[in-house]
Amino acid sequence: MNIKSQKDFFSGLMFIIVGGAFGWGSYSSYSVGTGARMGPGYFPLLLGALLALLGFAVLLTSVLAREEQADHEIGSIAWRPLFFILLANLSFGVCLGGLPAIGLQPLGMIIGIYALTLISSYADMHEFSYKGIFILATILSVGSYLAFIKLLQLQIPVWPVQITG
Amino acid sequence: MDLFHNLALGFGVAVTPINLLYGFVGCILGTLIGVLPGIGPVATIAMLLPATYALPPVSALIMLAGIYYGAQYGGSTTAILVNLPGESSSVVTTIDGYQMARKGRAGPALAAAGIGSFFAGCVGTLILAAFAPPLTELAFKFGPAEYFSLMVLGLIGAVVLASGSLLKAISMIVLGLLLGLVGTDVNSGVARFSFDIPELTDGIGFVVVAMGVFGYGEIISNLSVEPENREVFTAKVQGLFPTKQDFKLMMPAIMRGTALGSVLGVLPGGGALLAAFAAYTLEKKTKLRPGEVPFGQGNIRGVASPESANNAGAQTSFIPLLTLGIPPNAVMALMVGAMTIHNIQPGPQVMTSNPELFWGLIASMWIGNLMLVILNLPMIGIWIKLLSVPYRYLFPAIVLFCAIGVYSTNNNTFDVWMVALFGLIGYIFVKLGCEPAPLLLGFILGPMMEENLRRALLLSRGDWSVLVTRPLSGGLLAASLLLLVIVLLPAVKSKREEAFVED
Repeated sequence: MNIKSQKDFFSGLMFIIVGGAFGWGSYSSYSVGTGARMGPGYFPLLLGALLALLGFAVLLTSVLAREEQADHEIGSIAWRPLFFILLANLSFGVCLGGLPAIGLQPLGMIIGIYALTLISSYADMHEFSYKGIFILATILSVGSYLAFIKLLQLQIPVWPVQITG
Repeated sequence: MDLFHNLALGFGVAVTPINLLYGFVGCILGTLIGVLPGIGPVATIAMLLPATYALPPVSALIMLAGIYYGAQYGGSTTAILVNLPGESSSVVTTIDGYQMARKGRAGPALAAAGIGSFFAGCVGTLILAAFAPPLTELAFKFGPAEYFSLMVLGLIGAVVLASGSLLKAISMIVLGLLLGLVGTDVNSGVARFSFDIPELTDGIGFVVVAMGVFGYGEIISNLSVEPENREVFTAKVQGLFPTKQDFKLMMPAIMRGTALGSVLGVLPGGGALLAAFAAYTLEKKTKLRPGEVPFGQGNIRGVASPESANNAGAQTSFIPLLTLGIPPNAVMALMVGAMTIHNIQPGPQVMTSNPELFWGLIASMWIGNLMLVILNLPMIGIWIKLLSVPYRYLFPAIVLFCAIGVYSTNNNTFDVWMVALFGLIGYIFVKLGCEPAPLLLGFILGPMMEENLRRALLLSRGDWSVLVTRPLSGGLLAASLLLLVIVLLPAVKSKREEAFVED
């Protein structure tokens, strides 16, 4: 037995695990009830079981397929963009909301934009330049300030709490 | 005539300066994202949703609709000039459009796409206005069992017509349905799958899912492929107007494309993509006139017909949304979310309870189409310039807009952490070849399906056969089954796979 499509094999596995988890969770934590009186666990249990079954079918096709498909390998994982894009997003969130757990006060949107632009730019090292990043971050800051704060009046902290009080 | 009375009401709403402005902004933004590769209408609409909170509901929906069909226009521009479909529905336009551009006929190709789209948009709007009221009448006859079956048909239709692997797509729907159930159960008040996190008792925000999976997931996978060398035909766009011969060829093609697109757009999951594919196939089957350029080498019909079809399809795909409250594709799923945010429950009652919203939106579509023709043909130079903006400046901006959009939905950093999680999940989907669009549809429909199933089974005292014994409901389920069987027939299966290989 060998795997004819890596993508399908792992998709199937994912569906089985997630479906199983949802199904088990609804069965063990919530009342299922009967068809006429559906409890909160009824529909999720049904769907969880269905997803696990579908996942099993996907898994089977990946093993039983007669020939390998053209584009079946998962290929290398783009760790670099994955890490930096998500980190950029998280650091922006920290700048807006602060981290009460370690006593960090919100730093505001402007600092957040510079941090986000710099960190996300590490995701792509082709023609990387600090000057370009700085200019881009400045344009984005001014633009966001005008569009989101002035025009749309969104409630976002703009400057560090330490300054504005 | 009711139709004209209603349209007059609609135009009265749509022609107010404020709504004209938002329609215009929507069209510009839509064209912009259509032109820029690497960001689609789903992510953009999700990004801009928070920006519409402050607007009156009509203006908000008019702007979002403008983004949707603006993207169809913009997508064709890049398809013709760069051989890169800006939107998936422009994939077939690249075949003949790019060849025309290489032969120095980019101008007529763009004009054909523009004129075709405009004509199709007009017809689509009229069809929408004419067919919405009778369909709404029908929708009022629907009970919970019918609604449940209709949603099954809608979801099955969506994957049958518009995705790669059928089994995986159905799995993604079910996964979406499950994610949609996270949060407080309306009936028992039990917080489901919330892991005692207070923010999760309200459920996962669909903006979070859409942005994480469509926005971040796509950026990460875009960055992992080497940038290709693009060849842009900027210098050669001159002489916009097609010749007399061109007109003779393209007018019937536009008619055929419009007719086909209007019909396919109404079908669940049909929408713009399928319409464009079908229209191109139809054109290829009609006989070439003497002296006409063969298909694949720059035939103007190969541009005019699919472009008309995708626009007509984009327009008529609003019909199921506005009359039944069922979104036929991912963009429409976001429109449902937008309506819910503005406290409008999508469904047949919208037309009677909010007539000015309903008809105003329809009228604004026609106006939007007019704006797009004016916007796109003379301003083509500006859009082309935009193509030269490098991706390394674009993606930090997209990441930023997503983050701000997500934060401002609830003014809560929790959503920012969630979007990172869904970004990771989105990238896993890309790597595993699982299409995210069905997931979003399921996510939106999850709670609705549960509620309707619950009511249907309550009325029948737990008897599942009610779903098949009620004629309308049974018919809808039979249609879903039929769709599945047809797709699994060996002959259709191989054809279908062929069609998606080009995608």
